[in-house]
Amino acid sequence: MSDHPTLPPYAIAMGMRIEAIEADGAPVIALDYSDRAEGRPGYLHGGAIGGLLEMAAYAALHAALGAEDAQVRIKPVNISIEYLRAGLPRQIQAAGQVLRAGRRVANVRAEAWQDDRSKPIASCWVNFLLRPR
Amino acid sequence: MVETSPPQPSSPGIPSGAEFDPSRMAKFIGSRGHNGFLGIGYQDHGPDWIELTLPWKEELVGDTETGVIASGPIISLLDNATSISAWVRHGAFRPQVTLDLRIDYVRAAVPGRTIVARGECYQLRKSMAFVRAIAHDGDINDPVAHAAGIFIIVGETEGARP
Repeated sequence: MSDHPTLPPYAIAMGMRIEAIEADGAPVIALDYSDRAEGRPGYLHGGAIGGLLEMAAYAALHAALGAEDAQVRIKPVNISIEYLRAGLPRQIQAAGQVLRAGRRVANVRAEAWQDDRSKPIASCWVNFLLRPR
Repeated sequence: MVETSPPQPSSPGIPSGAEFDPSRMAKFIGSRGHNGFLGIGYQDHGPDWIELTLPWKEELVGDTETGVIASGPIISLLDNATSISAWVRHGAFRPQVTLDLRIDYVRAAVPGRTIVARGECYQLRKSMAFVRAIAHDGDINDPVAHAAGIFIIVGETEGARP
């Protein structure tokens, strides 16, 4: 298992934290419900859910790159988010899965859930551009 | 005329009234919750579009080496701008949910600059609003991000399943 990067200021300000590490090394990122995460009254903001998904995808890629991580600069190229269920006013978690990490591009998926991991509330794919540092 | 109109159905806390005012709606939405934390503001609107702003601040940084803003706040900005553009085109607020949102990050935003997102509802169907948006940091011809998405209009869509 590799070292996990510290979360950026945006993630920390939102209250995101690494909750657990998956068997494949991908961190599970958790976000408690708070005023900062609220969209329409009583629901999570779609952007906060998207931001969490992208952070989980990013963290999964960092973990997958392992020792190479220090030599690589990772830039998100695009993201596509599907909203599956309403984000209820309680904790949300997300984890990513690297489908492929090539020489120039990495393709990553992420899912977010609340009480029941088998009922995701949102999912996404993110493509990252990999460049030498 | 305004005084005699029946009250419009509305979400709790969302200003309602016979006359839909996109600037008032955007300012209200930007004043609270997640949008309030991000500092999302209103700039301008037209018949089917609205422009919202996201000023740079330290707490929103995604890369401490460069000071570039994280992409999460840009997702939120584009989600808001496209969402409100559907109400602007419809001429009233109504409940809708995001089906999907796809964003291309064309280039990194310049640290310190305010990001402007112009959300446009380019087609409104009975149960769906088709939207797109461009985010830039000063020149719309040199965008930071491009988005496309679909909202499902909740009240207009009868469920096919229980």
